[in-house]
Amino acid sequence: MILVVAEQRNGMLHRASWEAVAAAQELAGDQALDALVLGANPAAAAAELSEAAVGAVHVIDLPLLEPYTPDGYVAALEQAIAALKPTHVLLPHTYRTRDFAPTLAARLGCGLVTDCVGIKNGDTSTFLRPVYQGKLIAEVAVEGECPHLISMQIGAYRGDSAKRGAAPAPVKAVAVSLDAASIRQKPEEPFQEAKQAVDLSKAERIVAVGRGIKAQEHIALAEKLAAALGAQLAASRPICDSGWLPMERQVGSSGQTVAPKLYVALGISGAIQHVVGMKGARTIVAINKDADAPIFEIADYGIVGDLFAIVPAMIAELEKA
Amino acid sequence: MCLKQVPTREWQPRIDETRRAVREQDASFEMNEPDAYALEEALRLREKHGGEVIVCTAGPARASQVLREALARGADRAIHVEDDRLSSADAFVVAGALADAVREEKFDLVLTGLQSDDQGAAQTGVILAERLGLPHATIVMEVQVQEPSVRVKRELEGGWFQWVQMPLPALLTIQSGINQLRYATLKGIMAAKKKEIRKVTPAALPTAQISTISLDVPRKTKQTHMIAGSPAEAAKGLVQKLRDEARVIG
Repeated sequence: MILVVAEQRNGMLHRASWEAVAAAQELAGDQALDALVLGANPAAAAAELSEAAVGAVHVIDLPLLEPYTPDGYVAALEQAIAALKPTHVLLPHTYRTRDFAPTLAARLGCGLVTDCVGIKNGDTSTFLRPVYQGKLIAEVAVEGECPHLISMQIGAYRGDSAKRGAAPAPVKAVAVSLDAASIRQKPEEPFQEAKQAVDLSKAERIVAVGRGIKAQEHIALAEKLAAALGAQLAASRPICDSGWLPMERQVGSSGQTVAPKLYVALGISGAIQHVVGMKGARTIVAINKDADAPIFEIADYGIVGDLFAIVPAMIAELEKA
Repeated sequence: MCLKQVPTREWQPRIDETRRAVREQDASFEMNEPDAYALEEALRLREKHGGEVIVCTAGPARASQVLREALARGADRAIHVEDDRLSSADAFVVAGALADAVREEKFDLVLTGLQSDDQGAAQTGVILAERLGLPHATIVMEVQVQEPSVRVKRELEGGWFQWVQMPLPALLTIQSGINQLRYATLKGIMAAKKKEIRKVTPAALPTAQISTISLDVPRKTKQTHMIAGSPAEAAKGLVQKLRDEARVIG
């Protein structure tokens, strides 16, 4: 049996959970596939998950699982996996999964493949994952017998492609016991740093800058292009880390997720942490001096060259009309 | 604190004849970027609270270069778990080898970068915590030591954060951008020459859990229209496409 572990908060499924269901369905083929969701009263999330074409939805419902802690999740999932005995456990590669899944794998003594973008089914299934900043794709196999843990990159599968069942899957409680004293992390309430003054998710056009912009004084050039296009200015993480643009303009897994009509990536290599935040854009333009930059894989239009020569020419061209 | 030597970000990896590894002989190497931030955080914590910063790496002989670099930036001493097989080992093997080598040091706090720029598994630090029996937190953006515990700001998704407290000793994986990096001064480089790098040869390595079947270049999922020509020609071609073909600008 293959088990897909969904992520939920306050009864709401994380959007990547459906993507993990879609991936798990592909991996399972004709084999049995069950889903699992955990938390303190995750009934609403379990009900949503039961719409998937899965054999059953297993629920771990314990007050100690809220708020999330890695110690709590690892202890609960270790017991559930021992009871359910899956061959594979699929998870969405969220920040939460990154926090607990390696511990879970280590405690089970099982292999974990993180950040997978594809599955190759065969006598033994193998998994595809990006390496070297997405410049290469590795096909990897998990050794050993016990359940193989696989986390799926966000956006690698489409959540709406997950097969729904004809009738809701049965929801089953899994008996798990947790000891409060064994949870060493004491989390406080989640918060946002500042009110997000800039809502990039509603922007129709975005000009985004990455490491290729090289220096803070060159941001003005990107600003001029944004003005000429009627676009908002955004950036990849390293630019905001350097303080060249405020954090609220960051696009990517740790920033905003955007889906504009036009996304112009200036000197952005296309690291996956950035790409997950913008691959929903309708038209993607990449300008980069490195012809091998992964950003060109998702671009509709690409120019290999010096952005400091191309961008002024673009501004001139736009101002002509 | 633990760090890794990785190929430079600019390097375009070429696949070797086995198709399972890259041509390392073509690469130049540097300190993994998130690890550089973790080192900086360790140095800042020492300036505030005293103590000693010990840097550790697990890798082949060439990896001692990043230890020397860390010593030049101000770390006090270094431990190099040296084995050629560690250059392509999975996180289980690396974390296991590190844990065996450093367990006796009884660190108060262990810092690592949140993931490596080459394999990017984001597992080694977390597994190391489990092997050392330590509580952990990942993707950390601020560290406040409040003995006998530590309070850290974790980054969540989509611009959210959360403070988490846990008892010391603990392990934290550090996010890039947590601080401003310092670079080695000439004085630091000179001083580093006198600092100790202790080599540890592991008697046995843990069993690998993950094996690489093959490497490949990514396949395009989209038809990319590449626009050639001089900057002026390319800019003109692009603007025209955006107007007439994609119809995304007026």
